[in-house]
Amino acid sequence: MAAIRNVEEIRDGALAALAQASDRAALQEWRVRVLGRKGELTTVLRSLGSLPEAERRVVGAAANAARDVLDAAYTERAARVEQEELRQATERERVDVTLPGRPLPAGSLHVITRTLADVLDAFRSLGFWVAEGPEVEWDEYNFTRLRIPEDHPARDMFDTIWVDYTRPDGRRPMLLRTHTSPMQVRVMERRQPPIRVVVPGRCYRFEATDATHEWMFLQVEGLAVDEGVSLADLKGTLEEFARRIFGRERRVMLRHAYFPFVEPGVELAVDCFACHGTGCRVCGATGWIELLGAGMVHPEVLADVGYDARRYTGFAFGMGIERVALIRHGIDDIRMFYSNDVRFLEQFPGV
Amino acid sequence: MRVSLRWLEEYARLVLPPEALAQRLTVSSAEVESVERLGGWGPEVQVARVLRVEPHPNADRLRLVTVDLGGEDRPRVVCGAPNVAEGQKVVFGRVGARIVDGHTGKPAVLKSTSIRGVVSAGMVLSERELGISDEHEGIVVLPQDAPVGAPLDEYAGDVIFEVYVAPNRPDMASVLGVARELAALTGQPLREPPSAIVPSGAARTGRVTVRIADADLCFRYVGVLVEGVRVGPSPDWMQRRLQSAGMRPINNVVDITNYVMLELGQPLHAFDRRQLRSGSVVIRRSRAGEAIRTLDGTDRVLANGTLLICDGDRPVAVAGVMGGEDTEVSPDTTDVFLESATFAPSSVRRTGAALRLRTEASRRFERGLPPELAMAGARRAAHLLVELAGGVVREPVEDACPQPRAPVRLGVSLARVERVLGIPVGRDESAEVLERLGFTVEAADEGVLRLTVPYWRPDVRIEDDVAEEIVRMVGYDRLPSQTLAGRVPAPDEDPVRDLRERLRLRFAAAGLREVMTYSLQSTDGWTAAGDTGDLTPLRVANPVSSEHEYLRLSLAPGLLRTLAPVLRLRRARVGLFECGRRYLPRRDELPDERETVCGVLAGERPDRWGSPSGESLDFSDARGVVEQVLSGLVDGLDLEAAELPGLLPGQAARIRAGADVIGRIGRVDPRVAGKFDIAVPVYLVEVDVADALAARAGPGAYRPLSRFPAVRQDVALVVARDLAAGELRRAILETPLVVSARVFDVYEGAPLPHGKKSVAFALELQAPDRTLSEDEAQRALRRMIERLRRQFGAELRGG
Repeated sequence: MAAIRNVEEIRDGALAALAQASDRAALQEWRVRVLGRKGELTTVLRSLGSLPEAERRVVGAAANAARDVLDAAYTERAARVEQEELRQATERERVDVTLPGRPLPAGSLHVITRTLADVLDAFRSLGFWVAEGPEVEWDEYNFTRLRIPEDHPARDMFDTIWVDYTRPDGRRPMLLRTHTSPMQVRVMERRQPPIRVVVPGRCYRFEATDATHEWMFLQVEGLAVDEGVSLADLKGTLEEFARRIFGRERRVMLRHAYFPFVEPGVELAVDCFACHGTGCRVCGATGWIELLGAGMVHPEVLADVGYDARRYTGFAFGMGIERVALIRHGIDDIRMFYSNDVRFLEQFPGV
Repeated sequence: MRVSLRWLEEYARLVLPPEALAQRLTVSSAEVESVERLGGWGPEVQVARVLRVEPHPNADRLRLVTVDLGGEDRPRVVCGAPNVAEGQKVVFGRVGARIVDGHTGKPAVLKSTSIRGVVSAGMVLSERELGISDEHEGIVVLPQDAPVGAPLDEYAGDVIFEVYVAPNRPDMASVLGVARELAALTGQPLREPPSAIVPSGAARTGRVTVRIADADLCFRYVGVLVEGVRVGPSPDWMQRRLQSAGMRPINNVVDITNYVMLELGQPLHAFDRRQLRSGSVVIRRSRAGEAIRTLDGTDRVLANGTLLICDGDRPVAVAGVMGGEDTEVSPDTTDVFLESATFAPSSVRRTGAALRLRTEASRRFERGLPPELAMAGARRAAHLLVELAGGVVREPVEDACPQPRAPVRLGVSLARVERVLGIPVGRDESAEVLERLGFTVEAADEGVLRLTVPYWRPDVRIEDDVAEEIVRMVGYDRLPSQTLAGRVPAPDEDPVRDLRERLRLRFAAAGLREVMTYSLQSTDGWTAAGDTGDLTPLRVANPVSSEHEYLRLSLAPGLLRTLAPVLRLRRARVGLFECGRRYLPRRDELPDERETVCGVLAGERPDRWGSPSGESLDFSDARGVVEQVLSGLVDGLDLEAAELPGLLPGQAARIRAGADVIGRIGRVDPRVAGKFDIAVPVYLVEVDVADALAARAGPGAYRPLSRFPAVRQDVALVVARDLAAGELRRAILETPLVVSARVFDVYEGAPLPHGKKSVAFALELQAPDRTLSEDEAQRALRRMIERLRRQFGAELRGG
C-alpha cells in the first residue's frame, strides 16, 4: 500500500507547508503545487488508473478525503492570511486625525450681514417683506414729508451730510439719508394698506467717530399700516423680535421719546440678556438695553401720502444693526465693523 | 438742560429719591441723561465763621485760625491759606471728616495733628479738599448768608439732572416746566413763583413805545420800563442757581433776565433806557448792509431780512439771538427797559445759523415759544427787579400783539385714543391725568373729551397728541404685547436684492471673505484704481473728513485698500469681496445706485498645510470664482477679452451672459496695485447685479438622461497660438453627437512650430436613442476635424 502512504505523506507535507504560507502569493503557490492540475494530489488521482481495482478504490477514497481536508485547510488559512494582511494594511494606513485638514479657501459673511439676516428673518416670520431704497435722497423725503421742514429745530437731531448739488434757486436739496425713514413715504406712495415692510440700508450722519459712533451705519426701518394697528401691536411685534434675537425670555419696556414723524413716540429697551435685569457691564448697570426708536406713524404723514388717517393707523421703528451686533457679540468698538481688520473678520468664520 | 433739585423743590415737593425721580422723568417726560451729586461730605464738614486770625508762633506763612461753629466748641487750627480773614464764612472739617488730601489728591480722613508745635484739631478747607475742583491756593469763602454750624451738605449739597429737551417741548427748557412734569407724575401740587407787579406813575425818563413792523416774524413784544434800579451783585441764592445751571452771574439786572429764562423758559433782554434815545422801539427786518456790534464785542454784518430790534431806526439787538453792546446794562444804569418777546422760530434759527451764533435764548426761541409766556416772563422779571434791584415799574406795560390767539381747544374721542394705544382708558382717568398736566377738561360726553390745551404745550395739537399724554401718564406697562392681526400683505418683489443676496452667499462659498467699506472715498481713493474712465463722482459738501468726500464709482479702491494690510500679514491666498452700491451721477436726478458685487484675490496657493506654496494665484483662479458664482444664475456665461481701464491689458475680460455684459474680470494693473502698496498680482472680479438680472437664467428645464453609453475620446488639436480656446470649443460643440468638450491641456513649444499651440479636449459623444458604434463615433470625429481644419486650420496633433 505504498500509494496510500504516498497520499498520506502528500497530505501531511501539504498541511505543514500550508501552515508556513503567510501571504497571498505563498498561498497561491501552495494551491497550485498541491491542488493544481499538475499538483501532487492531482497526479496521484490521475495515476489511479494504473492501479489494481481494489487498491484503486482504496487509494482513490483516501486521495479524495485528503483533497477535502486540504481544501478546507486552505480556505481557513486563506481567511486567516487575508485578515492578517488587512490588519497590517490598516496599521500602515492609520492617520493622525488631529492633524489639520487640507485647507479649502475660507469664505465668510461679514458679522453685520449675518446679524441683519437674523433680524430680517425675525420680521419675515411676522409677515413683513423686505424692501430697499436710495441712500442718496431728496431733502423732501428725508425731512419735509416726515414733518421736519426747513428751519425746524428737529433737524438738529439729524446731522446731515449734504451732496454738493445746488439748484438754480440756491437750494441744496440732495443729501445722504440720515435714516431709513424716507422709505416709509416711498413705500406708502406706491401701495395701499395693509403694509408690513422692513427696510435695511446704509445711512449717514455728519458725526465724529468714536467707539460708539460711526458716520456710516446700517439701519432697519419697520412699517406696519392697516386698520386697527396700535401701540400695543408695536410693543408685541418688537417683543417677539427681541426674543428671537436675544432669547425667548426677554421682556421689552417702552418709554416716551420724540420723533417728529410719529405720535406717540417711544424708545424701546429690552431687559439685559446678560444679567436678566439686575444690572451689569453689558447694560451699563441699568438692567435695560436701549434698542431702538419707534412710534405710531403721525397721521399727517399718512394723510400726506393720501391715506385716510381716520381709517388707517400704523407703527414704525428704526434700529441700528451695529448696535444689535455689538450687544450680541460683546464687541466694544463700533469702528471694528468697517475697518475690516482681517483678524476681526476671522473671528466670525463661515456663513 | 441742567436742573438743580434744590431749585425744583421750590415749585414742587419731591416725594421720591433723586434716582427714582430721574427714572420717572425718563420714562414719561424727558430723558435724564445724567444725575450729578454735589455734596456727600458728611456731618463733620460744616459752615463756620472765622473769629480770629493770629500769627503762628513758629512759622511765618502759617496762621492760627479760631472758628465759630455756632456752639460752645471753638476750635483753633493751623491754616496756610493766604486768603483767610476774620468774619469770613468758611468750610470747616472736624477730625474724622472724609476729604481729599490737598497734596496727593487721594481720599483721606482728617486727623488731629501738630504743626510746628501747635495742635490743629481740624481744617479750614479748599475746593480741592472738598473734591469740587483742583483749586488749592486758598480756602473756600462762602456767601454771608451761609448758616453757621450747618452741615455743608445741608447748605450747598444738591443734585443736578441733565435733562434732554426735545425740540417739541419748549416748556421743558425751564425749571418750572420740569417741576410741572414732576408734580404731575407724582401727584403733587405745583407752586408757581410770584410775579405780581404794581405799575405806578408815568415814566420819569419818558415812555418807550413799541411797534412791530414785521408781524410775521414777531408775534408779541412786551416792554416794561423799570426805573430807579441799583445795579450790583445779585443775591447769593440767585448766583448759586445760575451757576447750578452753568451760567455766570454778571449783575443783578442781567442775572434776573437769565434767572427768569431758566425758571420759566422765556428769554428776556434788558436795555439801558438812557441808551434808547428815540423812545421808540421798532421790530423790523434788516436792510442790506446793516451791522451791529453785539454784547460779545463782535461787529456783525446782518443778512438781508434779519429781524432786528431798533431804537428808532438804529439796530440795538438781533431779535432772539443777542443784544447790542451800546445799549447793554452797565454798573451805572438806573433805568431798565425790559424786553420779553415772541419771535418766529424759523427766523431766529436762520439768523443764528447765518451768524454762527447760538445762545441760550436762540435755542429756546427756535423751539417755538407761546406768546402767553412773553407776558408771564415780563411780569416775573419786573417783579424781581422791584424786589432785588429796588426798581419801580412804570405805566403802561407795553404789549404789542398784532394777532392774539385763542387758547387751543380739542375734542378728543376716547375711541380714537383706544385705536392708537390698543387699550381703552376710561373717561375719568383720562380727564384726571390731563388735568394734572394743566389741561382744562370742559366736558366729557358721548365718549368725547372737550379740552383746552395749556398755553405752554404748543406740541399738543391733535387727538393723537392727547393719546400720548394719556399713555405716558398711565404708564406704558399697561399696554399688552400683542401681535398684528389682519391680513398679511403680499410682498413687493425685489429681484435685484434677491440676486444680490444669492451672489453674496456664492462669493463666500467660493472662498472669499466679505468686507464692508465706506461709500465715500477721498480724491485719491477714487482715481487711484483708474477704473472709472471719464465719470466724475458726486461730491459731498460737508465731508466728515477729506478721506470721505466722494460717493464711490467703484468698489475696487475700498477693496484694494483693505487687501493691502492683509497681504503684509500673510502670503497665502486671500480673497475679499463686498456687496455694495456704486453711485453713478445723473443730471438733476438722484444718482443711479448700482448694486455691485466685487471681489479681489491675491497671494499664493496654499499647500496641504495652508502655507504659501510659492505658486501665485493667476487669472484661472479668478475665472474659477466667476464660474462658480454665476453658473446656473445666468445663461450663456462667457468671457470676452477686452482692454478695460485699471486692468492689465491681455489679462482682462468682460463677463458676458449671452449678449449682455454683466461684469468684468482681470488682473489689476500692477501700476494701480502699486498705488495701494500691493506688489503681488491681484485679480479682480466684478458683477453688476442689475445687468446680471437681465441675463438671469430661468428655473432650468429637465433634460431626460440618456440610457445609452457615451463614447469618450481625447483629441489634441494644433491651432494658431492666438485662437481663443473658447472659440475652438464652441465649434467642437456644434458637432453632431458631441455632448461635452472639456479642455485638459494646452501646450506650446517644440516640437510644435512657432506660433502654434496644441489644445487637448476630452470629448464625449452620445446618441439619445441608441448605443453609438465605434465606427459611427469615429466618422463623426473625422467630419469634425475636417470642419475645424477648414474653419481654423486645425490639425490633429500626432495625426
